[in-house]
Amino acid sequence: MQHVDGNALAGPLAEFFSFDMTTATARCNGCGAIGELARAMVYRSGAGTVVRCSACDHVLATLVETADRAWIGLSGISAIEVRRG
Amino acid sequence: MSEATAQTTAPAAASAAAVLAVPRSGWHVATVASTRRETPNAARIELEVDGWPGNAAGQHLDVRLTAPDGYTATRSYSIASSGTGTHVTLAVDKLPDGEVSPYLVDEVRAGDMLEVHGPLGAFFVWAPDAAAAGDPAADATRDTRPVQLIAGGSGVVPLFAMAAAHDAAEDPTPFRLLYSVRSPDDVYFADALRRLAAASASLQLDLVYTRRAPEGWPSPPARITRDVLEAAVIPAAERPRVFVCGSTGFVERVADWLVELGHDARSIRTERYGGT
Ligand SMILES: Cc1cc2nc3c(=O)[nH]c(=O)nc-3n(C[C@H](O)[C@H](O)[C@H](O)COP(=O)(O)OP(=O)(O)OC[C@H]3O[C@@H](n4cnc5c(N)ncnc54)[C@H](O)[C@@H]3O)c2cc1C
Ligand SMILES: [Zn+2]
Repeated sequence: MQHVDGNALAGPLAEFFSFDMTTATARCNGCGAIGELARAMVYRSGAGTVVRCSACDHVLATLVETADRAWIGLSGISAIEVRRG
Repeated sequence: MSEATAQTTAPAAASAAAVLAVPRSGWHVATVASTRRETPNAARIELEVDGWPGNAAGQHLDVRLTAPDGYTATRSYSIASSGTGTHVTLAVDKLPDGEVSPYLVDEVRAGDMLEVHGPLGAFFVWAPDAAAAGDPAADATRDTRPVQLIAGGSGVVPLFAMAAAHDAAEDPTPFRLLYSVRSPDDVYFADALRRLAAASASLQLDLVYTRRAPEGWPSPPARITRDVLEAAVIPAAERPRVFVCGSTGFVERVADWLVELGHDARSIRTERYGGT
């Protein structure tokens, strides 16, 4: 299945967060790797979007968007850090 | 890929400033100002976007198309322009069996309206050096490392925005672009790139032709190899910041080779467009 990367999450995540989340760093709770969300791997299908750790392939997050709601699960992320500049 | 395992360190102040300068995103109604053939397979689309807050070089937007029955399709497109103002330039490559790109390339006309969400993304972004722009406070933290841009096909769009912004700002950072295209006819922004690479010398441009090279070109057409990459990018020893953009397969091949060639994974930023 072809994929893109976390840059493509900027639009969908803007529904949930008030600032750009793709530069936030997340810790994978599969392998402990820390990296910007922009560096994660993103698999999209009609059913939704799966975000995977690019180091160990662990599922970091899942997004589902329909006409009237947007849902995000963050089960694979143990911490998120945003920098205040 | 190894780049992902990189531990994060505090980003250079210059990139933090760039992030802060990135405007907030929102949905906007865009009116198509004009469209034209960019290459035999791609169109350049000029948009006038109501309420657009301006954008940094390298950002993208999401286009949402809605069918009469309510079905929607959303796709991301990099922005070839940057700065303040409500004018936005896109360049779209047509995938023959694609849902959205054939419409954008062949059907969209001046006066049409599109729903766009943006500007988006603060990671794959380059901003002029604040110190060079006259902010003395930024002097101490100045990031003077050279910048290497590497594009495959339509992946040149955000990198062209960076090269143009770099030129417009008269930023002193050395800039080099390695650009892989099928043939001489497939070069996006050909005139502007030639100008950036010639007159002002603000950009060093290296083209690689994969299917057909110009008459008299020193090497036969071929895909980028690790050796070509090594010869045409700023050496790892100079610690360049590297931006790579194109199809997913292209980006991953190039990024892996860069790491093998000694480039620091943390200095490589990638944007995958999809495909293999
Ligand atoms: C952040 C971001 C920025 C982008 N910027 C640009 C841009 O500036 N210009 C541009 O032309 N495109 C850009 N793209 C790609 C764009 O979003 C669409 O994926 C592309 O236009 C195809 O959409 P489609 O609906 O026509 O094809 P789809 O119906 O989505 O796909 C049709 C077929 O093509 C394959 N495919 C999908 N994408 C690609 C690809 N990139 N290369 C090869 N095969 C593919 C699919 O697997 C499928 O088999 C960008 C993508 C991202 C994530
Ligand atoms: Zn992991």
